[in-house]
Amino acid sequence: MKANPRDVFTGTYYIDGDVAAAYGALAAGCKFLGGYPITPSTEAAEAFARKAPYVGAQFIQMEDELGSIASVLGASWSGKKSMTITSGPGYSLMMENIGLGAAMEIPFVIINIQRSGPSTGVPTSTGQADIMQSKWGANGDYEVIALAPESPQESFDFAIKAFNLAERYRVPVMFMADECVGHMTEKVVIPDASEIEVEPRRFYQGKKEEYIPYRRDQDLVPPIVKAGDGYHLYITGLTHDERGYPLLDHRSLPKIEKAKVIHKKSTNPYLVDKIRKNKDEIIEMQEDHLEDAEVVIVSYGITSRVAYRAFEQARQEGIKVGMLRLITVWPFPDDRIAELAKKVKGFVVPEINYGQIVFEVDRCSHGKANTILVPHGGASVHKPDDILGAIKKIVKDNKKYEQVIEYTTTLEKTIFKGSLTEKIKK
Amino acid sequence: MTEMRFAGFGGQGIIRSGIILGRAISIYDHGFATMNQSFGPEARGGACSSQMVISDTKVLYPYVSRTDFLIAMSQEGYDKFIDELKEDGTLIIDSDLVKPKTDKKIFGIPSTRIAEELGNRIIANVVMLGFMTAVTKVVSVEAMKKTIPESVPQRFIELNIEAFDRGYHYRAE
Repeated sequence: MKANPRDVFTGTYYIDGDVAAAYGALAAGCKFLGGYPITPSTEAAEAFARKAPYVGAQFIQMEDELGSIASVLGASWSGKKSMTITSGPGYSLMMENIGLGAAMEIPFVIINIQRSGPSTGVPTSTGQADIMQSKWGANGDYEVIALAPESPQESFDFAIKAFNLAERYRVPVMFMADECVGHMTEKVVIPDASEIEVEPRRFYQGKKEEYIPYRRDQDLVPPIVKAGDGYHLYITGLTHDERGYPLLDHRSLPKIEKAKVIHKKSTNPYLVDKIRKNKDEIIEMQEDHLEDAEVVIVSYGITSRVAYRAFEQARQEGIKVGMLRLITVWPFPDDRIAELAKKVKGFVVPEINYGQIVFEVDRCSHGKANTILVPHGGASVHKPDDILGAIKKIVKDNKKYEQVIEYTTTLEKTIFKGSLTEKIKK
Repeated sequence: MTEMRFAGFGGQGIIRSGIILGRAISIYDHGFATMNQSFGPEARGGACSSQMVISDTKVLYPYVSRTDFLIAMSQEGYDKFIDELKEDGTLIIDSDLVKPKTDKKIFGIPSTRIAEELGNRIIANVVMLGFMTAVTKVVSVEAMKKTIPESVPQRFIELNIEAFDRGYHYRAE
């Protein structure tokens, strides 16, 4: 389906990643934002609020993040494409209801403009340390989809992608930008509505009296209805069967295939299977020069831009390096990494944290290739030289490492003598 | 690649200057300009700066490290960022507000005073943009003149263009 022209603010802009994300959400057909504005994501909420009246959308500034995410779940059940916008501390507060959303299979988007540090951290500076939290934040087993844009243009494009995936799979989608992308201002081209593909909500088409809330289509995703349209709808965070009724005995636990009585099937396994079994359709990567690569840089978000400079320098010096950029960080491209691990010397993983995705890369390489982490404490981005140094180290060492190793030349300087300290002094 | 920093205090239009310049370059001059901003918690009066990387190809590293141009509208901004300016870089200042102590190349203009003469000190940044356009040549005059009307309220367009021209034609001492 094409986007509604009313929702698309076609034109050429010079805007930051926050604003671009808001315009992307609107273009995707988002009609509800429940949020509690927080630096560095505030500009996104402001931009959405400013445009909302023109497209029939609503923004409610809720009392806090718990209320924000709860309002999003409710709005989405009412039939509207919905989202919230936040940053680290708010994201943490939302975890409980993200789990509820995943269990109830509600489509919604969370825009998280990541700041640096745990807890309140440094509100105005960048980080990529919420990336594991985005997958494992709430209790129990469930899968999510996470996207990482590297520019304001991608902020716009990926916001649309996020909504399309959320609606397609009835799953929370995490838009994991970072402060650098959020506050970076660049040219953004918003195309005509006729060039934007949007996923309509998967409404149930059958007879009202035959509706069963969690009966699935072939692709394991159940169609949805609007609350209040007269369907018999029972939804709960308790583990439930197809009808949505709580299912609290041992039969709720085994994998789907084993349960014989249809109504006694737990929906729990589907929360992971609907993503895992469709992962080939969901996963998106950008690959460059992987054919002859001896060393592969695996990166995401703003870090992939900086890594690209290291990639170019290394290639100029004759080092066979390749780039693998994660567009969807979750689900993780296990198979691709495993395949590459068999033929390359090693992976270099720069990220603005002290090691998160690097361990996923190491897990998938099954001991076949070396893995080097180029850590960064936040507040700024990597120096390309750090990434280049790690690439050269793998080439030079030419031996198998026992474990994931760290490589950095300027880490101390970046964290303790650089801009972070200056900001704290003030 | 050219690296540039605007520095001043909140309320002087420092961030706005960056947006106007970046927009002119990336939309009308078809170049690549990536702007990043930093500011304190205060709405006005706090230290504030915007940094810009300008290139013919996609900008990969979004922050400045060694600037080619520093445009300082306050003494604090000058003090904080002068060391970041390259040895052969160019310092551009509001000559009434900044007292430089450096042997790097300097161009000064009393932009705030000129803006007051024109009737509104709020357009000091536009006077500075005009001056900067002439000195740095990183952007075309045509691109700036197309961008300014899009970036200010309708009733202030004429005043802003006048401010830009005053800056552009100013002969630095």
